[in-house]
Amino acid sequence: MTAGKTGRIIVLHLAVIAALFAAQYFLPAYHHGNVARILVLASFAVGYNLLLGYTGLLSLGHAMFFAAGMYGAGLPLYYFDIGVIPAFGLGLLASLALAFCFGLLALRTSGVAFLIVTLMFAQAFFLATLYFNEITLGDQGFVLSEQARTLNLGGVGFSFADPTVKYNAALLLFACCMLGCLALVRSPIGRVWMAIRENEPRTRMLGYDSYRYKLLALVLSGVMSGAAGAGYALLFAYVGSTFASIQYSIFALLWALLGGVGTVLGPLVGAGLMFYLVDIAGDFTSSYLLVVGVVLVVLILWYPKGLLGSLRERWLPWLP
Amino acid sequence: MAAVTLLETRAVAKHFGGLAAVDAVDFRLNEGEIRAIIGPNGAGKTTLVSLISGRLAPSSGSITFEGEDITRLKSYQRVGRGIVYTFQVTSIYRNLSCYENVALAAQRSLARGLVGSLFGSERAVAERVEAAIHRVNLTDRLDLPAGELAYGHQRLLEVAMGLALDPKLLILDEPTQGLSQGETVSFCALIRELAKSATILLIEHNMSVVLELAERITVMDRGAIIAEGAPDEIERNSAVQRAYLGTGDAEA
Amino acid sequence: MDFGPHLFLALLEGTVSAFVLAVTALGLSLVFGVMRVVNVAHGEFYMLGAVLAWWLTTLLAGSPAIGFGVALIIAPLIVGAFALAADWLILRRIDYHPESTIVATIGLLYIIQQLVLTFYGPDARPVEPPLYFRVSFPWFGYSGYKLIVVGASALLLLGVWLAMARTKFGLYMRATQQNQEMAQAFGVPVRRVYAIVFALGAMLAAAAGVLVVPIQQAHYLMGLDPLLLSFIVVIVGGLGSLRGTVVAAFVIGLSDGVISVFFSPTLAKIIATLFVAMVLVYRPSGLFGQPEEEA
Repeated sequence: MTAGKTGRIIVLHLAVIAALFAAQYFLPAYHHGNVARILVLASFAVGYNLLLGYTGLLSLGHAMFFAAGMYGAGLPLYYFDIGVIPAFGLGLLASLALAFCFGLLALRTSGVAFLIVTLMFAQAFFLATLYFNEITLGDQGFVLSEQARTLNLGGVGFSFADPTVKYNAALLLFACCMLGCLALVRSPIGRVWMAIRENEPRTRMLGYDSYRYKLLALVLSGVMSGAAGAGYALLFAYVGSTFASIQYSIFALLWALLGGVGTVLGPLVGAGLMFYLVDIAGDFTSSYLLVVGVVLVVLILWYPKGLLGSLRERWLPWLP
Repeated sequence: MAAVTLLETRAVAKHFGGLAAVDAVDFRLNEGEIRAIIGPNGAGKTTLVSLISGRLAPSSGSITFEGEDITRLKSYQRVGRGIVYTFQVTSIYRNLSCYENVALAAQRSLARGLVGSLFGSERAVAERVEAAIHRVNLTDRLDLPAGELAYGHQRLLEVAMGLALDPKLLILDEPTQGLSQGETVSFCALIRELAKSATILLIEHNMSVVLELAERITVMDRGAIIAEGAPDEIERNSAVQRAYLGTGDAEA
Repeated sequence: MDFGPHLFLALLEGTVSAFVLAVTALGLSLVFGVMRVVNVAHGEFYMLGAVLAWWLTTLLAGSPAIGFGVALIIAPLIVGAFALAADWLILRRIDYHPESTIVATIGLLYIIQQLVLTFYGPDARPVEPPLYFRVSFPWFGYSGYKLIVVGASALLLLGVWLAMARTKFGLYMRATQQNQEMAQAFGVPVRRVYAIVFALGAMLAAAAGVLVVPIQQAHYLMGLDPLLLSFIVVIVGGLGSLRGTVVAAFVIGLSDGVISVFFSPTLAKIIATLFVAMVLVYRPSGLFGQPEEEA
């Protein structure tokens, strides 16, 4: 782990952010909005990847963390107009609490049992958003006004309806999640997570309390997903049950898998690619989700490492 | 010199369904000795050692280490106390380099807890890794992926990982299995070297290694200890012969 | 209606759905038990059975009874063939690895669902029951066909039990379930057993779908609820235990049916999913592999 490698890694990741920043001045309006959306969804996928790619825990319930952040920010904003920053904070808090309590229970299981527990809890959460639809307005959802989504900093109002503010806020969110992920996976904690992924019994016999490390991974993963959810509500104004449905849990898996599990930039690649694949397919048919199914099968059969994962294997072994 | 008891088990037992894999065993280990546990397959050696290291929870009985009851401690906590176990079937991180493998062990013993490991010194880790790798003679393979090492070297890597944990009790489960003659000889030299700073508990089938290294031998059969003593006593013990050979004839 | 008769109606409804659920869940349980994999696309096989039944009965528009009878035989066979193809093309290639199979079957779920959406459309379409008669109870009339569903399901369950207990293939299945390596050493063609079990599981789901379609309508999203309920049944009943699956199907089918009549179906589902999650949390080793016991 030489200094040269670390330098290369930092430069690459900062360059990606710089390129994304610069891109906003070149993108036509349609793609401008798309990229903002992709950045928020990629943040969700980065959070998911922390748990799957680095710690090796497959979850099918992450939509509940995304939705916790979304409702945690959206509901207070909708009913009480509490302001952007407090709303975002509440979104983070909601997903943190949920991830922590859930983790305490769910991490008593592992493997397929863990997967099913995540699925069941997420499904219960989704059903609850439907059941309490007097408050949440169920799958019809609710729209946040532009006024509620305006951030007032030092007398200047930044409206998240404004494309420039939206784009840069999305980029800021993504940058924080992505760089946070990078720092974590290259730290001693990340090393232990990967050890747990590779060989958990061995890791315990080296003296690590794997349960505590997995809980940390789950909580951080949940908070990042929640941040993305809160961001989505603030930036795109809509909050609804669909985001808590299993579909979004599957999307997170899909984006991480396509981009490359266990790579920091993979989720961005996966989210972006899938977004446009679905977008294009949608022009041809109303059964555009077929693309999702085909991609999943193709990936699992032939490219389990995903795009960046395969790249890393062949040419760039230092890619984190 | 009075023998100091390092580890003691009292009536420790492990039942799987109706089978008593370990049946009310009283076992005592003195500080600084090299002890070998031998016995036919299924005698309960690995089970006993798993109970000591915490990989399995006992059905009954107690285990004391350095005078303190550790029966309730989990495996990862026992490592912190200085009980280190190397696996019977080599269990290393095949996709990580040798350095990374040992670094995981070194990191653990240098830092305590999650927060501690965030601020640990990379240099201190590197020093400990290099020292451990040097003792097992794998320095020239430091950056190779562990899965690419020859089997014998993977065994040595495991020992290096054990060393990096700064053990008081090092438990080796069939360490020479799969090693060549020459590798076995160097291994014995290594163990004798390690025994100067740690107590060694060895499960072995290779009798020449046992006789070469062990100061005392414990013989197990069917979940119980049937004999214990110096190597030459054990060689002559008819109960041991019966267990291994099924005959009661004493051999001159 | 008074409470008593209302409860009786709820129990009748619950019984019908319990039997259908038992057949569906049995298919999932066989696959879990013998192959040790989770087939997330299981609900889609159920949906395919229903949709194919609609197609076949529409094709043979003459007599609803004959059309339905044909559908009951042909639709599961078609779905079974499809399942065999999926096993050969996908599952075999990933070597039935548990987590890969889950991802692959999720993909399969989307593919089947969206293909049905393309060719069948988003509408829900009804199918006429093969026989139409009402059973008159003192308080209400009840659809006779629903009672036929109960009978047919019971026959299917019995058939599977007999096949498992009395036939050579059933023996192969039980042997593979107990110990796959041992079975292979004894000459059991494990790969072939896997393929056939997968097809059998799909066929059971499809048969349940055919039976149910005159009661509900055929819709491309109808596989999701049965999937969730089957999951719940198989987990609560215990992996690989067919008896457990059937018992759990009754407990859950009846209580779901009854709660849905008196309370909100959504609430019933919330309770069921949380219950199952807690079962797994506190008894994970009973379902998926050996417990890693530690001090």
